[in-house]
Amino acid sequence: MLDETGLSVRVTEIVQAHQGVEGALLPILHAVQAEFGHVPQAALPVIAQGVGVTRAELHGVISFYHDFRDAPAGQQVVRLCRAEACQAMGGDAVAAEVQAQLGLGWHETGADGAVTLEPVFCLGLCACAPAAQVNGRLIGRVDAAKVAAHLAKVGA
Amino acid sequence: MKVYVPLDAAARALGADEVVAALQAEAMRRGVALDVVRNGSRGMVWLEPLVEVETPAGRMGFGPMEAASVAQVFDGGPLAIGLVEDLPWMKAQTRLTFARCGVIDPLSVEDYRAHGGFAGLARALAMSVEERLAEVTASGLRGRGGAGFPTGIKWRTVAGAVADRKYIVCNADEGDSGTFADRMIMEGDPLSLIEGMVIAGITVGATHGFVYLRSEYPDAIAVMNLAVLAARAAGMLGASVMGSGIAFDMEIRVGAGAYVCGEETSLLNSLEGKRGVVRAKPPLPALEGFMGKPTVVNNVISLATIPVIFERGAAAYAAHGIGRSRGTIPLQIAGNVARGGLFEAAFGMSLGEIVDDLAGGTATGRPVKAVQVGGPLGAYFPRMLFDVPFGYEEYAGQGGLIGHAGIVVFDESADMLAQARFAMEFCAIESCGKCTPCRIGAVRGAETIDRIARGDASAIPLLHDLCDTMKAGSLCALGGFTPYPVLSALTHFPDDFARVKEAAE
Repeated sequence: MLDETGLSVRVTEIVQAHQGVEGALLPILHAVQAEFGHVPQAALPVIAQGVGVTRAELHGVISFYHDFRDAPAGQQVVRLCRAEACQAMGGDAVAAEVQAQLGLGWHETGADGAVTLEPVFCLGLCACAPAAQVNGRLIGRVDAAKVAAHLAKVGA
Repeated sequence: MKVYVPLDAAARALGADEVVAALQAEAMRRGVALDVVRNGSRGMVWLEPLVEVETPAGRMGFGPMEAASVAQVFDGGPLAIGLVEDLPWMKAQTRLTFARCGVIDPLSVEDYRAHGGFAGLARALAMSVEERLAEVTASGLRGRGGAGFPTGIKWRTVAGAVADRKYIVCNADEGDSGTFADRMIMEGDPLSLIEGMVIAGITVGATHGFVYLRSEYPDAIAVMNLAVLAARAAGMLGASVMGSGIAFDMEIRVGAGAYVCGEETSLLNSLEGKRGVVRAKPPLPALEGFMGKPTVVNNVISLATIPVIFERGAAAYAAHGIGRSRGTIPLQIAGNVARGGLFEAAFGMSLGEIVDDLAGGTATGRPVKAVQVGGPLGAYFPRMLFDVPFGYEEYAGQGGLIGHAGIVVFDESADMLAQARFAMEFCAIESCGKCTPCRIGAVRGAETIDRIARGDASAIPLLHDLCDTMKAGSLCALGGFTPYPVLSALTHFPDDFARVKEAAE
C-alpha cells in the first residue's frame, strides 16, 4: 500500500500520461481506479489540478457515475443484473437468494471485506438471462448455486 | 481440423472458454491437429456455445456444447445440428449488417476483406462528398439507436457546418435491457463499425472519431481496441485513409455506468469529462457537439450498416422494409423465450411472428403475457397487439417505440404493476437530475404506484396526470418515455392494478 506521497506521485504520472487527450477526466478516473481499486481522496487534488477543474466539480463528476468507488470493494465482487430481461427469467428470485446467502444488501460489502454485492443494469446477456458477473467473469442462466461456485473458486 | 468457437460474451458466459480448453485436450489425446478460430456469435444464443467444424460441404454445427461432450465434435452425436447456414433461423434472415458476424475471425483483416470488407469504403472514396451524402440519404437509413432520425440528413448538416475540427462519435452505450446487437457486432465484426466511421468521417470532413463504449461490456472493449490497431495497420485509419490523402483516426472511450449517457447530449458531456447531464437542444450536436464542434453522433448499428450500403448500393438496401422504415433491423429476442438471440430481418415482421414462430414462445412453457419492445422506455404489448408490423411509425402509432429493437418476453407470472413501478424506479435511479419532471416525477411515480398497490384506486388518475407531465416536460427520452412502459402496463393490464384493492381489504 502506498503512502499519501507515493500515491500522489503515481496519480501525477497517470494524469501526465493523459496530457493532450481531449476530455481526459474519465480515462484518468478509470486508470486511477484500475490502479488503486477505488478513487482515493488523496488523489483528488492532483486530478483536479491536472485537468483544470475545481475539487467541487471533480466531486460532481465522480459521484455522477455508478462505476467510481470512494472506497475499495471487497476481495470479490458479485454483480447481478436487475433489468427487465433478467426479471422475466426469475432474476429477482435469484437476487433474493444470493442476498440471503451472502447476508448482503445492494452496494454492501461484508464486514470481513470478502464480498461486495452490486446491482447492474444490463450486461447484454439478455438472451441467456438471468445474468451475473463474478470477479469480472460473465455468467449466463445464473442461479445462486452458480454464483456460490464461482465465489468458491477464488475464495478457496 | 478447423473449428470455430465464439468469443462472444454470451457464448463465453455459457462456457465457450471451457469448451475450447476441452476441445484442445481432446484433440491432443487423439493426436489431431486442431485449429481453433474464435469467431463472433451467429446470434442463436440458445445453441451457444455453438462449435462449428469446417468441412468440404460447409460448417457443421454442434450445440449447445458442453466441455464434457466435446467428443461429439470428433465422432458426431446428438448435439450435431447439421450445416449452420442451412438452419431455419439462418436461412430466414436478411443478413446485411451482420453478414460477417459469426462467419469470420473478427480481428483478421484478411478474413474481413475476403467477405466484402473494404468494398464499401473503396466505392465511397471514388465518390464525391455530395454523392456519398446522396447515397446515405437514398438508403433511407434512420438512427438505429431508436430515435429514427434520418442518417443522411444528420450527415449533411455536419458536412455543411464550417469549423476547424469535426468529430464522429459512435454511441455504443447500449444500456437498454433486451438489447445486445451493438455488443455482438463489436465483438463479432468490429471492422465493419470502424469502416462505417471512416466513411462518415471522410464524408462530413471529420478527422477524429470516438466510440463511447459502456463499461459493462469488457469483452467488446477489448475486441474494439484490438480492431482499431488492426485497422490502423491495414491503412484504414491514419493520416491517409487507404492512401487517399484524407486523414481519419479514432479511439475507444469507456463509459462509467450511467444509463442516461446513451442520450446523445449527455454522452457528449461525459466524453468531455463532465457529469453526464443532458444538454438542451438546440444547439444540435451536429452543429455544436463534442467540444462545441460539429459532431455526428450515430448508433453502432447505424454506422456498422454504412459499409454494406456503399458496397451493395443504396437502392439495394432501401428495397427492404416497409413505409418509412427502410432496410433491415437486427431484432434482439430476449427474456423468457425458448429461442433467444439476434435475427436480422427487413422491417415489417409482426410481433406474433417474432414471439411465437422465431422465439418459439416462452422458455417456461407458460403463455406469453406481455412483450416489452425497445428497452426500459418501451411499451409493454399484450397479445392483442401482436399483429403490429415492426417499423418506427407503426410502433409510435400504438403508443410505443421500436427503440434499439430489443424484444423482452414475459410469461403469465409477470406482475405488470411491479413492472410499471420498476420503470419509475429505474428512471429515478438513472435520471441525470437536470429537469424536474424526470428527477422528481420518477420518484413521485414510484410512490403513486405504491399507493395503487395498497388499493388506492384514486391514485390512478394521478398517475396518468404525472405521466402526461413527464412526457411533455422532460428534456430527454429518459423522463419523456418512462411513461410508455407505465401507461402501457396500466392500459393493457388493468387487472394487475385493480386486484390489489381486494387483497388489501
